[in-house]
Formats: sequence, structure tokens, C-alpha cells
Amino acid sequence: MEAHRQFDFRNQHYVGQEGRLIPLLQKAQETDGYLTRDRILEIHRETGIPLSNIYGVATFYAQFRMTPVGKNLIRVCHGTACHVAGAKDIGEAIEETLQISNGQTTADRLFTLETVSCIGCCSLAPVIMINHDTYGNLSERQVKKVIKQVQAAGAAGKPGQA
Amino acid sequence: MKVLVGLGTCGIAAGAERTYQALVDRRASNGSSFTLAKTGCIGMCYREPIIEFRHPDGRRYQYGNVTPDKLDRLFSEHVEGGRPVGEWLLWSDDGTGSEQAYYAQQTRIVLRNCGIIDPESIEDYLAVGGYQALGQVLEQNKPDDLIAAIIQSGLRGRGGAGFSTGMKWRFTRMAKGDHKYVICNADEGDPGAFMDRSVLESDPHSVLEGMAIAAFAIGAQAGYIYCRAEYPKAIERLTRAIQQAEVAGWLGQDIGKRGFSFSIRLKEGAGAFVCGEETALIASIEGKRGMPRVRPPFPAVKGLWGCPTCINNVETLANIPWIVQKGAAAFAALGTKGSKGTKVFAMAGKIQRGGLVEVPMGISIRQIVFGVCGGIKEGRKLKAVQMGGPSGGCIPSELQDTVIDYESITKTGAIMGSGGLVVMDDTTCMVDVARFFLDFTQRESCGKCTFCRVGTKRMLEILTRACEGKSREGDIERLEELAVRVKNNSLCGLGQTAPNPVLTTLKYFRSEYEAHVNNRKCPAHKCGPLLTYTITDACVGCLLCIKACSVGAITGERKRKHVLDQSKCNRCGQCYKACNVSGAISVD
Repeated sequence: MEAHRQFDFRNQHYVGQEGRLIPLLQKAQETDGYLTRDRILEIHRETGIPLSNIYGVATFYAQFRMTPVGKNLIRVCHGTACHVAGAKDIGEAIEETLQISNGQTTADRLFTLETVSCIGCCSLAPVIMINHDTYGNLSERQVKKVIKQVQAAGAAGKPGQA
Repeated sequence: MKVLVGLGTCGIAAGAERTYQALVDRRASNGSSFTLAKTGCIGMCYREPIIEFRHPDGRRYQYGNVTPDKLDRLFSEHVEGGRPVGEWLLWSDDGTGSEQAYYAQQTRIVLRNCGIIDPESIEDYLAVGGYQALGQVLEQNKPDDLIAAIIQSGLRGRGGAGFSTGMKWRFTRMAKGDHKYVICNADEGDPGAFMDRSVLESDPHSVLEGMAIAAFAIGAQAGYIYCRAEYPKAIERLTRAIQQAEVAGWLGQDIGKRGFSFSIRLKEGAGAFVCGEETALIASIEGKRGMPRVRPPFPAVKGLWGCPTCINNVETLANIPWIVQKGAAAFAALGTKGSKGTKVFAMAGKIQRGGLVEVPMGISIRQIVFGVCGGIKEGRKLKAVQMGGPSGGCIPSELQDTVIDYESITKTGAIMGSGGLVVMDDTTCMVDVARFFLDFTQRESCGKCTFCRVGTKRMLEILTRACEGKSREGDIERLEELAVRVKNNSLCGLGQTAPNPVLTTLKYFRSEYEAHVNNRKCPAHKCGPLLTYTITDACVGCLLCIKACSVGAITGERKRKHVLDQSKCNRCGQCYKACNVSGAISVD
């Protein structure tokens, strides 16, 4: 895997610094998409940090995942404002469209669905993010349309307003 | 003529980047001569994308909902014709525009540069007096006087707890240690709060300057900013700002040739709400699981890597340069006896004007909701405001004359918190809101102490039962008892405040709990499993609900009133959503 080779953490400026583990894991996830078993072993060998510590940190923080993600990551905001504005219905509409539940990836590896606490765009509630694009003021019908558009494109979602 | 586009996260989400691109194209193709600049959050999130025309003589005009198709008219009428487009005008310094009331009652200290300067340009920050406060304290070289001034100003921590900032500095200064640290807590985790994000995105240098001043006061040489990874734009702009400040000599070795050295490193959080707690945050910077520890020793004595550490919130730090420049008395002149200065609120929920507002302490909740923010959406009734996120509580509409001040808010059972203010109308179910917050704190509990780990889980179970119509006898009393125990016995702020949403809703909306638990009814018609749907005589017999029903509970023929079999109904509400005739399906 080419991406795997690109990550040479001896070149990472975090090495040798105290508190380097989290930035290293973040970099690893950025490179590989998720924390692979091999990579965790590699970090252990190179830094000497006990495996139990690495696993402990990786499972503590919501950001780290141990399974691969789909091509498009859908984040459904469940902040207070979004909750009051009906985030639950939005999440269910996506689950229904893609036939997956929270945390799962579609069989074609096109979408992963995730629930997040707050994206911080509360005045546009309810909000979802597909990769780096934010879609606000959604209704169930609109969110289905957005998903279908991305599905049809078959690739990363182009910025668009719902 | 200068054209500014608000490019905070809210603006970008609303399409501001497309407007910006359209302006770039316009300048390239038409040969229009105007300067194009980016700026941060203008504050009126509800009218994004927002652009501002700034005339050479200083006149300013802000327009809202500016999609690219509106640019032709704006340019032909305003720029070429010299006639502002009244119907889209939000605000102008000549007193016109539809949103004058929004600004009129605000006092901007923390947000002084937000929406005014380009956050990616240190020159812009310097032009509005940036880094002069740092220069001034270095020149005076009297850290003890500086700390005394901050104490005098009455500034209290804006992260929620409200401890005196100056005292915190004094404790850290007095603590023994060769190495000391300043940490900026930018792990804004409360759902419903986005003030810190906006400040970091719109005016990052003011936070860096505040940190450098704090470092000088306490004698630190190194600082960290711990920022949520969910805020990519803030991280990008902070990184750039740190580089710029280093090049300009406002960070690094021998700042201002006064022999003071201070460097800042940025740490990205990895998604854990508990890391907003200071000892957990320190553990996270040290590369460990972000779990809090018992205090004392407080971080001021024993913090990062065992060294004295001062942790301040973003908003607190952004106040510092202003206080240094304008004087402690000017700051203390604003607010109430115990709470000085201003507070930034992130307004969201069922409110007309959602966005960022900065108001002087001492203003009432009513003034914020109805005066500044234009009241409730769709003319509905205010039911409650939620302050302080998962650690805070719901303040009912009867108490809307409560003033914004640490002590007054605490008296209601809520907390000032970091500044998320979510407005709820009569369609909001308070039991559901309490369940929502408990679901959050239960998931985010780090698991170290039993009361928080197990207590929040049991509380959530009771609330979930209530929302699903499966309550058991004595559930309300059980919930109350658990809430008090978790509050009194948890290790850190997360557990100690987690019951607040439950306790305040129990205090002010007990009848709703009783309706859920005893009568299996949801007065706000929000909790699906508690609702009963009935087809009324208004039914025209269109068959839509029959098609929508997945369990075959509705039967009937075209143009005849349909019949709903309650014994088959699974209360999913699909029939109600599908029905086009108002009143044909009633909910109770």
C-alpha cells in the first residue's frame, strides 16, 4: 500500500517530544484512513511506548478508529440546536436511504455514517457534513436528495446547497 | 472601495466561498476596481453569506444572504449608482439596515475585531492596535502590577467556572518552578457553543497576544493551545497566525528586545469532551488518556509535566489585550457587582436571529432573546433557555428577567457555562432535552469514578424509559436521588454538573415528568411512543396515510374517511407526516 510507505514517523517532528503519542496516532490515521494493526505495532517498536498504552489512548478518544471508513464520511450533527431542530429524523432518513446504522459503512464502501456531538454551525441546524462540506437547514427530503446526488456522482461530494 | 466576505465556518457552510469566488471572477473579468478581503465571523449567522462594502471614507454597508446571483444588482446600484440596496441591507454605520437592533445592544470587546479584520493577516491586526498591549507590558516590566490590574478589572474565567483570572495568574506566578506553562483551553466541547471557534477563526492574534501577556505575568516561556480537531478552520488560521507572529518577532526569542521569550505550540484534541476539564486536558497534552485527577494540587502548583501551569479559556485571553490597553477601570465599569465586562453568547435553537452576540454583564435573558435576537421563530412562545450545555440547565420563561451574572444564573440551577444559549419554544419536550444531555454526558464520562460512570448511565435509562412509555413506579424519585448523589460525589466537573439538566427540568417542569411517567403522555408531542394518532372527520379519504403506514394499521377506501386500528399502530408517525389535510390526523 503506497500510503503506508509515505508514513515514516522517524521523520515526524513529534518524535522525541514528550506527549508525542496522540499526534503520531493522528498522523497515522490521516495517512492510512484508520489505525491499522501493523501501524500500531510499528509505533510501539519505534517509540518503545507499551502496546497497552497505545491501545488505551487509541480507544479513549472518539477521533480514532480501528476499522476502515468509506469513501465519503457523513457526519450527522447531534448538538443541542440540531437535536431541537430534528437531527434524529435526519439521521434516520440517512439510515433508511443507505440501509446502514450509525458507525457502519455501506457494502460498496461509498459511505460511512457517524454521529457527532456538535459541528458548531448551530444557527444552520439541522446540519450534516459530508467530508469537508457542510449542509445546513435540512429537511428529511433534502437530506435524501443530497445523499442521492453524492451517490450518483460516485465520488467525493461536490459542494452544493440543499 | 473594499469588499469583505465573512468566511467563518458558518459563512462557508452557507456558501460564502462561492460568493468569494464570484467576486474574484468579477474583479478579473470586468476590470472592476475594488479590493477584496476575507474576514471572520460577522456574527449574524442567520443571514450568511454576508458581505460588506467599505468605502474609502470609512462608511460601511453590510448585506445579507448574498449569493453570487445578487452581486450584479449590488454592484450596479450600490457601487456604480451610489444607492444602497435597502431590501438586502443588514446594517450600516449611517443607521440604516434591517438589523440595527441586533448591534445596538451589543458591546464588543472580545469580538472587537471579528468581521472587521482579515484573520489571516497580521498587518490587519497590527493596524487596529494589535500587539501594542504586549509591547506596553514588556516596556513597563512590572508583572505584579499587571496581575493586580487584571484582578482589579474583575475578569473571571469565561470557560464556565468563573474563577478570577488575575488570582489564577498570581497563584501560578507565586508557585515555585523553573519551567511554567500557559495553556489556552480551546477544547470547546459543549454542544450548542461556538464562541471560541469564532474568535479563533476571526481574530487568532488577539488570543496569542493574550497568552503572551499571561506568560509574561506568570513567568512562563512556553505555551500550548489545545484546540478541538473538529475545528479545522480554527487550527489552520491559528497555525498561520503563530508563524506570522514568530516572523514579526511577537513570539519566540527576546520579544520586543526586552529579554522575554515565549513560544506557542498547537495541540489538536482527539475528540473527548472531558478534556475541557483542566487536569484531563493536561493528561491529554502529555499523551495519555484524558482522565481528570483529584485537585489539589491545582495546575497552578502542579500542572503540565509537574510544572506550574495557568489554563485560561479562549474568550478570557481575548479580553486581556483590551484590558491592558483601555485599563482595568474601563472593564470594571461594565457589568454587575460580581461579574464585570461582557459575555459572548452563541445563540441557537428556535430564535429569529441566531448567531454570536456580545452583551454587557447585567443584561437580562429577556433583553437578549427578544431585544437583541428578535424573539422566537414563527412567533411561538418561549418555553425555556438552556444555558451552559450539558453542565448547565434550563431556565424557564418565568425567570427570563434573570440577569446575566455568574451568581444570578447559578441561583436558577443553571450555570453561566461557556456561553451556549439554546432557545426552546413550546414544541420542545423537557424530558427529551434532559435525556439528550444525559445521553451526551453518559457517553463522554471517562469512567474513572463510579458515580459518574454508573450514575449517569442509570439516570439515562430512567429518562429513556420515560420517553418510551416504559416508566416504572417511583422513577421520578429514583432519578432525583441519583441526580443529587452524582452531583455531590463525582470526581470532576463533568460528573458534578451532569445532573444539572435533569435537576433544573425537574424543578421547573415537573408536571411534564409526571405526564410521561404516570400518564404515558408527552405534552409537547415530541416523544413518539407516547403519542396516539386519531383520524378525524376532516379526512378526505386520499389513501396517502394508508400507503405510508408500514404495519397496515390504516384501512379505508378513496373519498371515505379512513380508519386507524390502534391495536396495530406502532406510533411511528409516518401517517401524520404523509397527510396533506390539516387536522385530518390528530395527535395526543
